[in-house]
Amino acid sequence: MKGNIFVRTICYLFLIAVAITCLLPFYSMIITSTHNNTDIAQKLLLAPGDQLAANYERLMHSVNIWRGLWNTAFVTVAATALNVYASAMVGYGFSKYNFRFKNVLFIGLLATMMIPGQLGIIGFYKLMESFHMLNTYWPLILPSISSAFGVFMIRQFVDSSVPTEILESGRVDGYGEVQIFHRIILPLMTPVLATYAIFSFIGKWNDFLTPMIILFDNNKQTLPVMIASLRSAFVSDFGAQYVGLVVSVVPILVFFSAMSKRIISGVSAGAVKG
Amino acid sequence: MKSKVNKSAYGYLFISPFFIAYALFGLVPILYTLYLSLTKWDGFSDPVYVGLANYERLVHDSFFWQTISNTLIIWIMSIVPQLILALLLALILHEKFVKGKHFFRAVYYFPNLISTVTLGVIFSLMFDWQTGSINKLLINIGLIQDPINWFNSPWWTRAIIASITMWQYFGFNLIVFVAGLQSISSEVFEAAEVDGATKTQMVFKITLPLLRPVFVFTFITSVIGGLQLFEGPLVIGNGGDGPGNSARTMILYLYETSFKAFDYSYGAAIAYGVFIVIMIFTAITARAYRLKD
Repeated sequence: MKGNIFVRTICYLFLIAVAITCLLPFYSMIITSTHNNTDIAQKLLLAPGDQLAANYERLMHSVNIWRGLWNTAFVTVAATALNVYASAMVGYGFSKYNFRFKNVLFIGLLATMMIPGQLGIIGFYKLMESFHMLNTYWPLILPSISSAFGVFMIRQFVDSSVPTEILESGRVDGYGEVQIFHRIILPLMTPVLATYAIFSFIGKWNDFLTPMIILFDNNKQTLPVMIASLRSAFVSDFGAQYVGLVVSVVPILVFFSAMSKRIISGVSAGAVKG
Repeated sequence: MKSKVNKSAYGYLFISPFFIAYALFGLVPILYTLYLSLTKWDGFSDPVYVGLANYERLVHDSFFWQTISNTLIIWIMSIVPQLILALLLALILHEKFVKGKHFFRAVYYFPNLISTVTLGVIFSLMFDWQTGSINKLLINIGLIQDPINWFNSPWWTRAIIASITMWQYFGFNLIVFVAGLQSISSEVFEAAEVDGATKTQMVFKITLPLLRPVFVFTFITSVIGGLQLFEGPLVIGNGGDGPGNSARTMILYLYETSFKAFDYSYGAAIAYGVFIVIMIFTAITARAYRLKD
């Protein structure tokens, strides 16, 4: 029993040590953002200071970080909504209809997951240029329609949890096929759609390369690109850089604190299915 | 079966969004990139067909070969400790006596939600050799006398980039492993306990073998993602690719060639070179897994 307590203590110490390592950089970032540049450069800072407002003002003077946050939120929400809706449609189509080449098409769809996302980036840029879509949000939103992972996850759900009889009864009631999908099937899919939406949202939120090459206008730029430019924009103004980081982390921290149970169980469910 | 009406047209209707969008935003760009890789093109005048000239240049480009090894080194430096840590934590968190399971999982997972760019900037500030908190901390607790110039050393630069990826993804892998552990029937463990197996025996003889498919799956999927490493090195290198280009990864080279030097046609050849490298390593990993079975 004594050995048991010893092992348990070691386990807890290990868990706590890793947890502290995870959170310490964020803690340090928040603390540092409240000090002036001389202190940041010279001291190891452990307690909050009073320079947050001054740092914030210098940051906002040349980089509108809230604008970036709003732009990212807009693009991410639009892309996620489109992605989830389209994947629901496609997953449902593969699950409940029979048509020629169905299996070949599904394998083709899965194969797209093996292709690295950056392969076509130059062609994509040139194509968007010829569509006159450079410096707009379309190239960031429209490609989200096709997600093989989403289709795969949703098809599995529909295969196992949506009985075909429901479609039949919908047809008997005189609904058209598209109506059946919107009125009957979509509500039944809510659990899997919510889980998948979390995946889609996180992926899109962190998107960096596409907005960086597609958008030129500073006011249109997304948050990750603004954050990447902080170092060169504020060479030795560390206070302003730290405040920018805080703006990019704290909203997510708040959101995650409120939703962590749901997000983690969503990630687990998706992980098992994937 | 009851419905005699042929609804197959609706099947095509429902699946069409994926294929139309993928053709337009995925396939056409990929094929267009292939075409560009066979041309000489500066972005202004019309592309001139040059056959395989760009690929010949690529094969003899020592910078490209260096980016392959840089990418692999950083990937291995991040994936090996990452999977070991995630597995260890998953095994501990699976134990019945541990309280606050959700809290720990949430804390470990949190960095996964922060964008790589943000993490990269945090790390580059923390490891700044004159003003960063890491050096000050190490000096304060007496581990080092003088500050270490981290980004002046190729290996520290790579290790820091690897640790960003590791920090960002170990919590995700942990959740995958915990889910895998939960899918192992508890009867197996109860039977082993009845037979008098020790805890260590159970981990090595039951848990790890049963978890192996999940482990290998994670490893294989990480090849595709890990070899596309880009944001971390970009931010950490701060436009400079690290000492001796030690932090220049394949995608970073692709980005610099195309969108900074505007050599689109050579960039397109690099894109296909990267694609081939990733396919080769995916095949090697998948094959190594199959051979072991």
